[in-house]
Amino acid sequence: MKRLTGWWKNPWRKPHVLAAVTWLYLIWALVPVLIAIQFSFNKGRSRSTWQGFSWRWYWGDPSLSVLHDPTLHRALYNSLWLAAMTMIVCAPLGVALALGLTRWRGYGQKPANFLQLIPLVTPEIVIGSALFLFFTTLVHTIHLGRWAQLIGQITYNLSTVVVIVRGRLLTIGSDYEDAAQDLGASPMRSLRTVILPLLTPAIFASLMIVFATVIDDFVISQFLSADASSETVPMKIYSSLRATATPAVNALATVMLVFTVVAILLAVYVPRMLRRGQRGSAVEDFALEM
Amino acid sequence: MPRGRSESEPDRSRRPRWLWPLLALPGTAWMVVFFAVPFYGVMAIAGGRDNILFNTRDPRWNPLTWHWDAFDAVWQGIKNGSFGQPFLRTFEYVIVAIVVCFIIGYPVAYYVARYGGRRKGLFLGLLLAPFWVSYLMRMLAWVNLLQDDGYVNSALRHLHLVSHPVQWLDGRPYTVIFGLIYGYVPFLILPLYAALDRIDLRLLEASRDLGVSPWRTFLKVTLPLSRQGMLAGAAITALPMFGDYYTNTLLSASPRTNMIGNQIQNAVQTNSTRGIGAALVIVLTVLLTVLMFYYLYSSNAAAKELR
Repeated sequence: MKRLTGWWKNPWRKPHVLAAVTWLYLIWALVPVLIAIQFSFNKGRSRSTWQGFSWRWYWGDPSLSVLHDPTLHRALYNSLWLAAMTMIVCAPLGVALALGLTRWRGYGQKPANFLQLIPLVTPEIVIGSALFLFFTTLVHTIHLGRWAQLIGQITYNLSTVVVIVRGRLLTIGSDYEDAAQDLGASPMRSLRTVILPLLTPAIFASLMIVFATVIDDFVISQFLSADASSETVPMKIYSSLRATATPAVNALATVMLVFTVVAILLAVYVPRMLRRGQRGSAVEDFALEM
Repeated sequence: MPRGRSESEPDRSRRPRWLWPLLALPGTAWMVVFFAVPFYGVMAIAGGRDNILFNTRDPRWNPLTWHWDAFDAVWQGIKNGSFGQPFLRTFEYVIVAIVVCFIIGYPVAYYVARYGGRRKGLFLGLLLAPFWVSYLMRMLAWVNLLQDDGYVNSALRHLHLVSHPVQWLDGRPYTVIFGLIYGYVPFLILPLYAALDRIDLRLLEASRDLGVSPWRTFLKVTLPLSRQGMLAGAAITALPMFGDYYTNTLLSASPRTNMIGNQIQNAVQTNSTRGIGAALVIVLTVLLTVLMFYYLYSSNAAAKELR
């Protein structure tokens, strides 16, 4: 007993209990997902009893697999389209906004900054409902469907780009830019040749995060979807889960996960290569950014 | 001239002042048109009138002409329980879920921040991993595991803890709360980690050197210093939980566990109850305003500190 209390009171003892909690948590958080992936390779139709390995739900089954079921690969296509388009629009819009809001000193900067921050803390159901009502009862030029979903995703994700790019902008400071302008560069030119190259890693990282967010997003896509033609992968998972779903849903989710993981790996390693020698890991940056 | 600049240097004040507002303009315009206006639109619809002819709702843009019947209907619903029950239930679920999230998340964040050592990168990667798995896929995983013939039931039967499979997905509040915890605890751990990681170890050493026990050091130094992170984490987890409806549908699908989110989704997406839906959105937003602004304020303060 005394040894035990002595061990407990030793300030330099190894934190075994904390380590155990941490590992248990990580197992609990990640293993269910691995099991879901496992079932995407199930030979039978069950999503809860293992019946042997097969590629049936990816391409083997002639009508129900991800490759052959049109509703499944349309969902995949819709998700990727939405994510790519959101990135294309968010990049210039978000970078310009970040630059403008950081450097602009004057009336209007504070309200514009505030407006841009609110979506970060607004529950998605509020944005989703607001845009749903906007497109159904207030304006009649844009209808529910993929374009409405795109607008929703851009609105929801713009702040992410702004926050990350601005974080980098503040650490860069204005010295390089001042130097360029002292040497006679015009503001636009110093922006193009000095600031934008320095920002590239941050822009890249933020876009990959946008990609992953859009691909995983459910609420906004669902609220702004018109019918099955604008169904995304998370919506497909949602709608088929309670029905008699086959492991093809698991396969679809797994394919999506592979896309997300590739995006994240790119987000982590490409900026590291671009930064060439500057210290700090992108994962840590991102963790602190959140 | 400040900082003794010579005359030949270009004058920085000649830099065009219009450049920065101009750059901020498109993004700001976008947010006005697709965020501020729709949000005001929700209020205009809540304050509007049902159009019986077309089964829609006519918005009223002028606040002076707003009708309050939709809010009245919501208030009646709160009083007679049809909305009151889900509201109370949502608070109950969210509070329980957040408390459990802290019980799980604090030790994990603490361990990684203090004892992560060389493996910190690995730990951070693993802590971030759930972010990259779609929320819906994580719920899908549990729907599979909790089936009558799923792994959880077979494990329980194997251990002779139950004789018949437990029907976890049959409208059980605990399953929904479990889903919320599983879904949102990663969002709590990261801000906690960031706060704990920033704590100056010398403060802890000073406390130890002055003869304070580890437990009291934790209570008197670590815990207060991580308060910001705890509050930010609580806000960032509570906000989406309050608007959640899909966890509930996937893990229970029973009206017995309906939350505010389910009420909003049903009301907004049904033509005849759009006004009530809009009013519910407003009520939810007003309830969450304190949390939202607290989070904005604290993250802004943290950003200023980093500068």
